[in-house]
Amino acid sequence: MAAAIAALDTGNLNGGQRLAVKYFTVAIALFVAQVLFGILAGIQYLQPDFLYGVLEFNVNRMVHINAMVVWMLMGFIGSVYWLLEDETGQPVVGLKLGELIFYVLTGAVAVVVVVYLFVQWGAGTDTTRWLITEGREYIEAPRWADIGIVVAVLTFFYNVAATVMKGRVTGITGVLIADLLALFGLYLAGMFYTTNVSLDQYWWWWVIHLWVEATWEVLVGVIMAWVLMTVLGARRVVVQTWLYIEVALMFGSGILGLGHHYFWIGTPEYWFWIGGFFSALEPIPLVAMVVHAVYDSGVHRMKNANHPALAWVIAHAFGNFFGAGVWGFMHTLPQINLYTHGTQWTTSHGHLAFFGAYATINIAMFYVAMQKWRGGVYMGGGIAGAWRWKWALTLLNAGVVIMTIALLISGYEQSFIERAIEGATWQGYFAGQSHPWFVQGMQWRMWGGWLIVAGTALLVWDLLTIGAGETRKAVVPEDTQGHGGRASATAAA
Amino acid sequence: MTTTPWWASESAWKKIAIWVTGLSLVVLIFLTFDTMKQIAVGSPRVPDYSVINHRIEYRFDDARKYQVPVVGAEAPLFGKKLSADEAEALVTHGKKVFQGRNCINCHTILGNGAYYAPDLTKAWLDPSWGAEAARETLMIEFLKNPDKNARTFGTGRKMANLAITDDEARALIAYLKWVSSIDTNGFPYNFKSIKQGG
Repeated sequence: MAAAIAALDTGNLNGGQRLAVKYFTVAIALFVAQVLFGILAGIQYLQPDFLYGVLEFNVNRMVHINAMVVWMLMGFIGSVYWLLEDETGQPVVGLKLGELIFYVLTGAVAVVVVVYLFVQWGAGTDTTRWLITEGREYIEAPRWADIGIVVAVLTFFYNVAATVMKGRVTGITGVLIADLLALFGLYLAGMFYTTNVSLDQYWWWWVIHLWVEATWEVLVGVIMAWVLMTVLGARRVVVQTWLYIEVALMFGSGILGLGHHYFWIGTPEYWFWIGGFFSALEPIPLVAMVVHAVYDSGVHRMKNANHPALAWVIAHAFGNFFGAGVWGFMHTLPQINLYTHGTQWTTSHGHLAFFGAYATINIAMFYVAMQKWRGGVYMGGGIAGAWRWKWALTLLNAGVVIMTIALLISGYEQSFIERAIEGATWQGYFAGQSHPWFVQGMQWRMWGGWLIVAGTALLVWDLLTIGAGETRKAVVPEDTQGHGGRASATAAA
Repeated sequence: MTTTPWWASESAWKKIAIWVTGLSLVVLIFLTFDTMKQIAVGSPRVPDYSVINHRIEYRFDDARKYQVPVVGAEAPLFGKKLSADEAEALVTHGKKVFQGRNCINCHTILGNGAYYAPDLTKAWLDPSWGAEAARETLMIEFLKNPDKNARTFGTGRKMANLAITDDEARALIAYLKWVSSIDTNGFPYNFKSIKQGG
């Protein structure tokens, strides 16, 4: 493996792409951390004494979810740097600054994690929130890190916007800039303290929901559009039209779909129907994305330049639809959410949605990157060691699906025993947690977890070695209707 | 090649995307202004912090068909009536302890958080505290030494000892008492409250 890594030649990459692979490297390291801390937290459900008094569940879980958010964001940032020069026909403006910020951001993430692990918590003072943890789910990073993140993303935004201004403006870059602006603006909504917990959660959801169920979705739509052009040779006009359709449907349902988080936090009752109605529409754009990906693959008879990347794009289309769409829809109406809110239903949905929507597309981009880093080598059928990517794909997807189903069964049980029968008291909670049906779900979830560990190990191994001994060049399929995919960028602009 | 109909054209969908996003945002902003008013501290939905001077109940509402918090007779927390400012300071300290001890990554509150430990929305009203008279003392003792006072109901899951001081425990309890007074549209449903007031 060392030889395969040493043979990687950054001379094959443009400036933005050299920075992108740095982001991808840190993203993968954090992905591994996410999986490991998830395993620790999962074990604690079954053996509560495991690491009790050393590394409590709340620390493991915090690292688990924070590593996830950061690796996915770094994957997205890397993906944007990756496609920027190709898409704009212009070297990245201010790349040196971008490089510097990458190291600052990575250093900051390392410090935050070390503090999480070794300091863990603090007194009920403002100092704790500034230096140790903010203690709010998903955005636990202390305030100093928030400010660092804002500076980092502003630099990133400058790189992107300045490059697009100087180069070619396309549908893809246009949507990208608008979306990044919204994505970063929303982060500010989580950067204040209030004692009023209803107000706190109201704005907290602006960050969490409007990221995950709106701006992140559009961002992966952008990445997907570009990947389909690059890997499949799909026509620009087709992917861009789909992108606009997805934006319309995604924001049209997702912005007011925010209301499905406003049923039980003290907010008025009109959110019942607004949140219920619009969030019920949220799966529609995800159906559109499946149709789009599958249709384009079919039109091109699945002929593509990068088999692992396309496989992960297809996994993304279906994972996004089932995880975010179907699993979200199942408990989005208030009539059922009353019994499922705050149970393992949410965990089930969360795991399938984050994996299906965001882990998959990032992994697809990692494969796109490795191909070019290796010098644009052939990555089609019959490459050496193809079993690795196929088994990594299978193990990761199977692991997440098993976990999702197992958690859902535990969630069902919780809704019935804890909520409907016992009336949601503490005794009811523990009656639910100690019930064999719940415990069995948690045991099966661990099996899913171990498959994910195996799949992750295989994935990392494969990414580091794929295409190492390959001498054939990749053939980027031409569009079957005689329109060059990427070549028509100028015409579309 | 046939010409693309208007409804399938890139330019039409670009306009639709912009209009739909813009309109949704305008509606969201309008609703946000209204919600801000309705959830301000001191509103009927989110009572003033001084509500901790009173008994909080969770009663079935015949019109809304679910339980709602009801602010009852005077029943000062720890037997000491606080001014509005003192109550706010105490509840604020409690929320900061809640955040500083990372409670949210084991518990949920208003149903949001982690699922390793019980929801705390109605912790103040939970029947597990036994009698109303013993509740405050039991809560303080539990928070200060959760490992020694753990009741895991057979799961073996104990709260970690987070070295919560006496003052911090009192502040946390004030915060939880105030949270139990928030109108959460019937969440948690069918909750069986501790017996209060004779």
